[in-house]
Amino acid sequence: MADTGIGASVKRKEDFRFLTGQGHYTDDINKHGQTYAYFLRSPHAHAKIRKVDTAAAAKMPGVVAVFTGADVAADKVGGLICGWTVTDRFGKPHKAPPHPILANEKVRYVGDHVAVVIAESIAQAKDAAEAIEVDYEELPAVVDTATAMDPKAAQLHADVPNNLCYDWELGDKAAVDAAFAKAAKVSKLDLVNNRLIPNAMEPRAAIGEYDAGTDSYTCYSTSQNPHVLRLILCAFIMGVPEHKMRVIAPDVGGGFGSKIFCYAEEVVCTWAAKKVKRPVKWTAERGESFVSDAHGRDHVSHVEMAMDKDGKFLAMKVDTIASMGAYLSTFATCVPTYLYATLLAGQYTAPAIYCNVKAVFTTTAPVDAYRGAGRPEATYVVERIVENCARDMKLDPAEIRRRNFIKPDAFPYQTPVALQYDSGNYEKALDEALKLADYKGYPARKAEAAKRGKLRGIGFSAYIEACGIAPSAVVGSLGAGVGLWESAQIRFNPTGTAQVLTGSHSHGQGHETTLAQVVADKLGLSVDAVTVVHGDTSQVPFGMGTYGSRSLAVGGSAAVKAIDKIVAKGKKIAAHLLEASVDDIQYSKGVFKVAGTDRQKTIQEIAFAAYVPHNYPKDLEPGLDETAFYDPANFTYPAGVHIAEVEIDPDTGVTTIANWSAVDDFGNVINPMVVEGQVHGGIAQGVGQALLEGCVYDKETGQLLTGSYMDYCMPRADDLPSFKIGTISTPCPHNPLGVKGCGEAGAIAAPAALVNAITDALGVRDIPMPASPERVWRVAQGAKMAAE
Amino acid sequence: MPTVSLTVNGKSVSGEVEARTLLVHFLREKLSLTGTHVGCDTSQCGACVVHVNGKSVKSCTMLAVQADGAKVTTIEGLANGAELHPMQAAFREHHGLQCGFCTPGMVMSAVDLVQNNPAPSEKDVREWLEGNICRCTGYHNIVKAIQAGAQAMKR
Repeated sequence: MADTGIGASVKRKEDFRFLTGQGHYTDDINKHGQTYAYFLRSPHAHAKIRKVDTAAAAKMPGVVAVFTGADVAADKVGGLICGWTVTDRFGKPHKAPPHPILANEKVRYVGDHVAVVIAESIAQAKDAAEAIEVDYEELPAVVDTATAMDPKAAQLHADVPNNLCYDWELGDKAAVDAAFAKAAKVSKLDLVNNRLIPNAMEPRAAIGEYDAGTDSYTCYSTSQNPHVLRLILCAFIMGVPEHKMRVIAPDVGGGFGSKIFCYAEEVVCTWAAKKVKRPVKWTAERGESFVSDAHGRDHVSHVEMAMDKDGKFLAMKVDTIASMGAYLSTFATCVPTYLYATLLAGQYTAPAIYCNVKAVFTTTAPVDAYRGAGRPEATYVVERIVENCARDMKLDPAEIRRRNFIKPDAFPYQTPVALQYDSGNYEKALDEALKLADYKGYPARKAEAAKRGKLRGIGFSAYIEACGIAPSAVVGSLGAGVGLWESAQIRFNPTGTAQVLTGSHSHGQGHETTLAQVVADKLGLSVDAVTVVHGDTSQVPFGMGTYGSRSLAVGGSAAVKAIDKIVAKGKKIAAHLLEASVDDIQYSKGVFKVAGTDRQKTIQEIAFAAYVPHNYPKDLEPGLDETAFYDPANFTYPAGVHIAEVEIDPDTGVTTIANWSAVDDFGNVINPMVVEGQVHGGIAQGVGQALLEGCVYDKETGQLLTGSYMDYCMPRADDLPSFKIGTISTPCPHNPLGVKGCGEAGAIAAPAALVNAITDALGVRDIPMPASPERVWRVAQGAKMAAE
Repeated sequence: MPTVSLTVNGKSVSGEVEARTLLVHFLREKLSLTGTHVGCDTSQCGACVVHVNGKSVKSCTMLAVQADGAKVTTIEGLANGAELHPMQAAFREHHGLQCGFCTPGMVMSAVDLVQNNPAPSEKDVREWLEGNICRCTGYHNIVKAIQAGAQAMKR
């Protein structure tokens, strides 16, 4: 058991099917008699729709139906919703303009849905879409986040003056102002957190089915949270009772946040299946993913840090403008507020922090949570200003961090921005990371690089995140429309194998293995005797899905609660079988024993007896299934230090990552192999943001200029190094597994580390992301000319 | 409509296709070999890599009619029943996959690499993988897996 239990790098159960082409992603599923949907999308960033003429398209070969916004509205299909209400600094709720399923009057970004063609083949649907005539009256675009509130900028929504969704604040402004007044030194920085396109490798897809016999729907979707999708589809959009809707999210090829949300395509396929009386299938082409998946980041910020003469942080203030895109996506409003400003304390003891966030609408794809969601943006602000503080104070970047870290004995630690950190040891992570990075040897490496004409730089990022979002009462008080508990059901079979049904969802994170490990370890089963079921609302009791590194901390904890119930029931059965008192039964790793004797029953014997209840006493219920819901007591707070060491060729501007050293604290680790993999992937996405990826819209026309892999620079294998990864552990004190979550760490830490390293190498205070060779080259040439 | 006849995973197959049908759609839709994936529309991502006459090819860059008479191997044809090909086994052993979507293309590319270069260096592997995008793994473990798979393929 030791080599497969908690803490072992068990090889993944899901790998066989993925490696042999036996996975079942949504597009791999075909339904008898299915039709194909193709969406006609707006070619304009902003335009009035004068008329949509579908008559010619409807007559094209193979066309089953063509629907427009008018058809959807006539059927009383509601619009997409935002599930989190942010109360602004004047006590008013955020502006929530309508988000129609198919545009009906206006289009507001390139890719906005105008009509859908449903045909016998996708090629026929595309051909027919060409024949739809739309009479647009073009309106000016507004793509720039920083100037979207300009009174002269185009207005997107009738009731949203100056495109301002909300003006929100957190922290004590008076205390911050007072601290700044007595500061010995103030460091300042203007920062842009570049807009990103998530680019899960599996494009989004949906299949809608309607069964007239039972008046019920099935929606297959590439969703990260099928139950929430069902809830939104039923209660907010289609007006269908939830028990008449089944959502299945089968194998899903990556999400990174972009598949949390409810999209128009899922609604249309499900709704239209009843209209056309046949299954309706849609699979995004990559070009559609670029224009219509929810994007990430897109912040423009000004940050100032006040310090005393020793470089101790006194206070920080941050002003941020955050783009929401053209409409509010499912969780958009909470990302630059509760997932961002609450993390601005970082790992540090600045006693006062104030943050103002203005969220704006622009004629761009909606922006929502993307790997890390708010926390990468916060870490970027904090770790970039801390680096600049070090330079202003002429302190070593490690030293200024050490001086300001929250000390290990200070936990639980209440920050000035609402959160209470539960546990951590930030200095230890830094010490380990310095060792891993051979920080002592860095000056020699820099000197050696200089001899070769190369610029070497080193950059730190001491990040923190809040995972496993978090007590339902708290998120509810902050505006969340849902509770953020998780459920688990354990179904024992008579032969001693078990199924775990989890409300979280696996789209690459390896839950089928790690959750099985937890259950197998605690119930004394082999990992092979446990299967994990997820992603189907008709099987799993309920769930909130997977995002924000919540699956193990919240979903795993629910499984532990279910295990506790199984054990409690098992004790009763054992007491009956062993003719002992329940109080005398002891349980350990799959064995029920009468205390102080050698009389015992294995869990397999207990399970068998539970289903073959011969001679059962009246008060003992047959069966051995248990369900538990777990509502977390607090967020979990993973943290760590990443150190990037880069070498820049000033003649080409190419940045090479020479070393990447990361030491993370995820609390207890269930499967180190899986955790390392999560860290690697996160770093790659963070490196992508810092060096390569940037979503660019034309400022005049609002056209997406980075609309394919030809233009949007995805990190490839030779853009990245191998990573040096270490961990420390301060277990989470308030969940039964002591776990914190690891999925987003790399993406949160990496951009700041890398840009700190690049600016260090170049001797400048900032360089915009992505620090492309061209941008770096320009700075390097400038530095060179200044030196000459 | 033209008819194509080819050998896929050792089995002779033929079927009518539209002239515009890409090989990847023929494999997925007509033959139900859904292990080969479509991840982009610009031949950049490599999720659709198969072997055509022993060489790795992006099956989205090739019309089905161009494969007439060819021998095609897809990810479904790589393992020997329940026994994984050494490269597949190496990906599992070294956690070279997460969501699994790019994985078939990665494995098919990797096998072709090793057929040409039996002991690729880390640099060789990273350069070879230029045409395959993975969003999950950061490539670290894919590189490790391919180097280990190369060793295992020698045996």
